[in-house]
Amino acid sequence: MSGVTKHVLKNGLTVLLKEVHSAPLVSWYVMYKIGSRNERTGTTGVSHWVEHMLFKGTDQFPAGYLDKAVDRVGGSWNAMTSFDYTTYYETLPANEVDLALRIEADRMLNAKFDPEEVESERTVIISERQGAENSPGFWLGEEIQAAAFRVHGYHHEIIGDMTDLETMTRDDLYRHYRRHYMPNNAVAVAVGAFDSAELLAKIEAHYADIPAGEPPALFVRPEPPQNGERRVRVERPGGSAFVDLAYKAPSATDPDWFALAVLNSVLCGPDGLGGGSIDNRTSRMYRAVVETELAAGVDGSLSPTLDPFLYSISAVVRPDRTPEEVEAAMDAAIDKVVAGDITEAELARAKKQTRALFAYSAERVTMQAYWLAYCETIGDYQWFEHYMSRIEAVTLDDVNAAAAKYLRKSQRTVGYFVPTMGEGDDEGYDDEDEGEDE
Amino acid sequence: MATATGIQSLPNAQNITRVVLPNGIVVLVYENFAAQSVVFTGTLNAGSIFEPFEKNGLASLTAAALMRGTKTRDFNTLATIQEDIGADVNVGGGTFKVSFSGKSLAEDLNVTLDVLADVLRHPSFPEQQVERLRAEVITGLKMREQDTRSRANRAFTQALYPPNHPYHYPRSGTLQTVPSLSLDDLRAFHATHYGPRGMIIVISGAVKAADAVALVSRYFADWDNPGQPEPPVLPDFSLPPTITRSRVALAGKTQSDIVMGVPGPSRLSPDYQAATLANSILGQFGMMGRIGNVVREQLGLAYYAYSAMEGGHGPGPWTIAAGVNPANVELAIDRALEQVRRIISDPVTADELADNQSYLVGRLPLQLEANEGLVGTILNMEMYNLGLDYLLHYRDMVYSHTPLSLLEATQKYLHPDRFVIGIAGPA
Repeated sequence: MSGVTKHVLKNGLTVLLKEVHSAPLVSWYVMYKIGSRNERTGTTGVSHWVEHMLFKGTDQFPAGYLDKAVDRVGGSWNAMTSFDYTTYYETLPANEVDLALRIEADRMLNAKFDPEEVESERTVIISERQGAENSPGFWLGEEIQAAAFRVHGYHHEIIGDMTDLETMTRDDLYRHYRRHYMPNNAVAVAVGAFDSAELLAKIEAHYADIPAGEPPALFVRPEPPQNGERRVRVERPGGSAFVDLAYKAPSATDPDWFALAVLNSVLCGPDGLGGGSIDNRTSRMYRAVVETELAAGVDGSLSPTLDPFLYSISAVVRPDRTPEEVEAAMDAAIDKVVAGDITEAELARAKKQTRALFAYSAERVTMQAYWLAYCETIGDYQWFEHYMSRIEAVTLDDVNAAAAKYLRKSQRTVGYFVPTMGEGDDEGYDDEDEGEDE
Repeated sequence: MATATGIQSLPNAQNITRVVLPNGIVVLVYENFAAQSVVFTGTLNAGSIFEPFEKNGLASLTAAALMRGTKTRDFNTLATIQEDIGADVNVGGGTFKVSFSGKSLAEDLNVTLDVLADVLRHPSFPEQQVERLRAEVITGLKMREQDTRSRANRAFTQALYPPNHPYHYPRSGTLQTVPSLSLDDLRAFHATHYGPRGMIIVISGAVKAADAVALVSRYFADWDNPGQPEPPVLPDFSLPPTITRSRVALAGKTQSDIVMGVPGPSRLSPDYQAATLANSILGQFGMMGRIGNVVREQLGLAYYAYSAMEGGHGPGPWTIAAGVNPANVELAIDRALEQVRRIISDPVTADELADNQSYLVGRLPLQLEANEGLVGTILNMEMYNLGLDYLLHYRDMVYSHTPLSLLEATQKYLHPDRFVIGIAGPA
């Protein structure tokens, strides 16, 4: 894959353009190099809340305008906050791309943060967190991150701690916005049916006059080495138990990342980059815990991240089994790959799977634009461009070395979710079908 | 592919190849060489409306069990064939239909169709595998028992549709019924209901239409099952005379989920399009329509609050859903019902109608960008008898509606004083 051109405007805005003419669409992303990893205690969740506030109006586009304007032309739009970034996008019919350019240029600078809107959004975000809290997996994930990262900002959930959501002020939010939203702290990407020279001229017209800001000093505290296995146990009402083995993993820019990605394919099944997934029924871990009737499902997750994060293997424990039994079986499977049990055939197969999933991910301009923006944000868009060749270059020795280096008990956090009641019988809740007049 | 200016290049009767095999299977192929993949989807007449109520979950478990082994391939062989090449074939039970889908690189279409034909036609339902699957399904059901959105939806559905109506029952079955389904039940259900009559398969991707038709023909042309029954006629039922609430209390939850509504139009109803436009205004357009505007944007009560219409072959529900703090449940319900009363009382404004017409028409390029959207759209055209030139007429159809045609549709279906409301939240 190629065809990406990179431009840096005089105010420091990095612009990536890639022409794809297979459908009459353009996807436009603006991604800011600020995420939950940079948040301090007391204002956890500020990046995500600021993201919400960018839908609440500017002088030019009042609250409620832009979502309707994009829908009106048949586009899709959204915004996402992650550990490493905050991003906004529109995917539109190609002849409507000006709308996306105008919206993002305007709200890079002019979001109002009206105090009443801040208060109204506070309860929306608390509701978002409470909705997540209804899911047992959220509690376990939050505890695992907090245990695995004692110092680094990856230790809190992106949505933030409830106490901070209750106490953060409008000034906290606005300060964060002004400090981080500026052209020289952003990456802008267009993928789709356009002429690059024409589009670049339009981008210049909308963005070049936005003043550069003082480059923000990012709050980043490196995680100190982990000295031994950590364990967390969450006991709450729930439908089933989970086991999560979360190993410290390298950052996406570390050459080891690709070896670990191949290892994950062999161990837990391949992860796509969006655009489709496949089952993992032939993976080693599925055979170790699902075919042996210990777990109802198992999944591996290795996200590309700016700083070292986690490689997690999660299993849903069957009701007639215990988390301890599942953990022991997972460990036995891991011990084998650490001992060098993976074959050349498994390696070749993992690469073929990855090729297919990578091809699927390229079929939507929205996915391509996302990956280019994200990779440039964490270092270099060519991470995505070279993804397949980096995977193809992984050798069996690389995989074995990655297994030995990263799948160490001393470098992991083991999490159990243990349901305190229920197990599906009717204990603990009430079903009432009452007819009530009103 | 569709282009912004060339409406003639939308999928239509000229560029979709449609072939009916002698055994009744309808094959539709759309060539799309912009992609490296090929995708198929389709349906069979073997959904949950064919199962006896006491065997609730049978259609779904049967569909899920197909991939567990065939007369010539065991579970691992089937999985290996697909996963070796990064392909995926799925079969799942719906209400009227069993749906299937597959995705692979274009050169591997023969492999995915071979797997599909094998599992649909020659499943062996191996006991050990079916028991393993059953335990996994039961684990999933237990998780759902503790899920507020799922429980609110089930409370709503069971209160809305009476026990003699198939929509009363969850498609995946229950913790009471799934353990009691026998291997013989599965085998009998498959033998009776799986067959070519009524089967549709749609393929889109980097493959020549003639080649794709030939492949389907190779794997399916000799399939026969003369005894396949017609779908049962759904019983009539009436709404409760007043607003009805059904509550579920779950320990350890912090938020309440609400699902409320009435039966909506089927996809086959003449007023489906008018209702779709009205629903978009009510709870979709922009930040979740009028309901999102009031419940989320103005009052800050909820992260999500929207309306949705299921459509389908029967009277699928027309619902409003929201997740709110338990203290705000009644306020959210009141405000949502206010919006329902408003949309059945006052015609929508000309601007609102124009916005939403523009939205429905304008989103076609996005909807048709990738193979999944293409096959889904073409399947609907075939399954609901919309005609293969449906997209060519789509703009005119959407723009033929007026505030009054929307008002008539909402007044026919939406009865806010007879809403059924399911609520699941903290004990």
